[in-house]
Amino acid sequence: MELANIEKLVEKYLDAATTLQEETTLKNYFIEGSVAPHLQEYAHMFTYFATIKGETYTKTIELEPKKPKRSNYKWLSVAASIVLLFSVFIGKQEYERYQALKQFEQISKGLRLLSQNLKKGEQAVATLYTYENTVNKILK
Amino acid sequence: MNQSDFLKVVLPFKDKVFRLAKRLLVSTEEAEDATQELFFKLWKSKDKIADYNNVEAFAMTMTKNYCYDRLKSKQASNLTLVHNNYKQKDTPLDTQLEYQDSVNQVHLLIEKLPEQQQIIIQLRDIEEYDFDEICKMLDMKPTAVRVALSRARKTIREELTKKHNYGVS
Repeated sequence: MELANIEKLVEKYLDAATTLQEETTLKNYFIEGSVAPHLQEYAHMFTYFATIKGETYTKTIELEPKKPKRSNYKWLSVAASIVLLFSVFIGKQEYERYQALKQFEQISKGLRLLSQNLKKGEQAVATLYTYENTVNKILK
Repeated sequence: MNQSDFLKVVLPFKDKVFRLAKRLLVSTEEAEDATQELFFKLWKSKDKIADYNNVEAFAMTMTKNYCYDRLKSKQASNLTLVHNNYKQKDTPLDTQLEYQDSVNQVHLLIEKLPEQQQIIIQLRDIEEYDFDEICKMLDMKPTAVRVALSRARKTIREELTKKHNYGVS
C-alpha cells in the first residue's frame, strides 16, 4: 500500500476513527517491515500488540475448587468438640466416683466411731451386771 | 449446561481474559490466579450464563471488575511491592538494553497510562474488539471510548518519539 494512504490511515488511527479492518491493514503494513523512517514508532507499537496477543493462558482451568485446607479445619473442629465432650463425660464420672469414695470414708469413719463408743457402753453395762449379780447373791 | 458445554463456550476467550488480567495486575502469577478464579465464578453462575447473549463481553466485564477489586485490596494492604518487583524483572537491568528494546518500551508506556486507557488499548488494539462491544464491556458511551483511545494512542506515540529522539542525540 502506498505511503500517502498509510499516513492518512495513521492520522485516523490516532483519532480513534479507524475501523477494525483499517487497523488490520495498518498492522500488516507495519509488521511486514520496510516502514518509512518517520513512521518507525508505529512499527514498535504494532509489533508489541502482535507479540502480546501471542501470550496464552497455559494452565488448565479447574472448575472444582481445591480447598482441602478449609475442609480439614472443619473436621478438626468436629474432632475437637468430640474430644471435649468425651473428656467432660469422663471427668464427670471420675468426679462422681471420687465424691462417692469420700462419702463412703466419712460414713465408715462415723460408723467406726459409733461402734467404738457402743463397745465402751457395753463394757460399762457389763460391769454393771456383775455388780448387780453380786448384790443379788448377797441379798438372796 | 454441563461441564463440556460450559468449556466449549468459555475456552475460546480464556487467553483474552488472562491477557486483560495481566495488563491490570501486572504479574503473571496474579493474572493466572485471577483467570482461574474468574472461570470458577463463571462456572458457579452457569445457569445465568444461558440468559446472556454475549458471554464473552460479560466475562470481560467481570475480569475488569475483579481486577479493580484486586488492585484496590492490594493498595489497601500496601502490597504494591509486587508491582515494583515485576518492573525490575521485566525490564532488563541494563538500561542500554532497555533503549534498544523498543517493544518492551511500549509495554512500559502502556503501564504508565491511566487504568481505563490501558483497558481500552488492550481491548481494541490487542484483542481487536468492536467499539460496540467495548462500550458494553466497560459500560461507557462510544464517544468516551473513542476519546480515551485516541488519547492513549497519542500518548504512546509521543512518548515513543521522545525516547527515540533522546536515543539519537
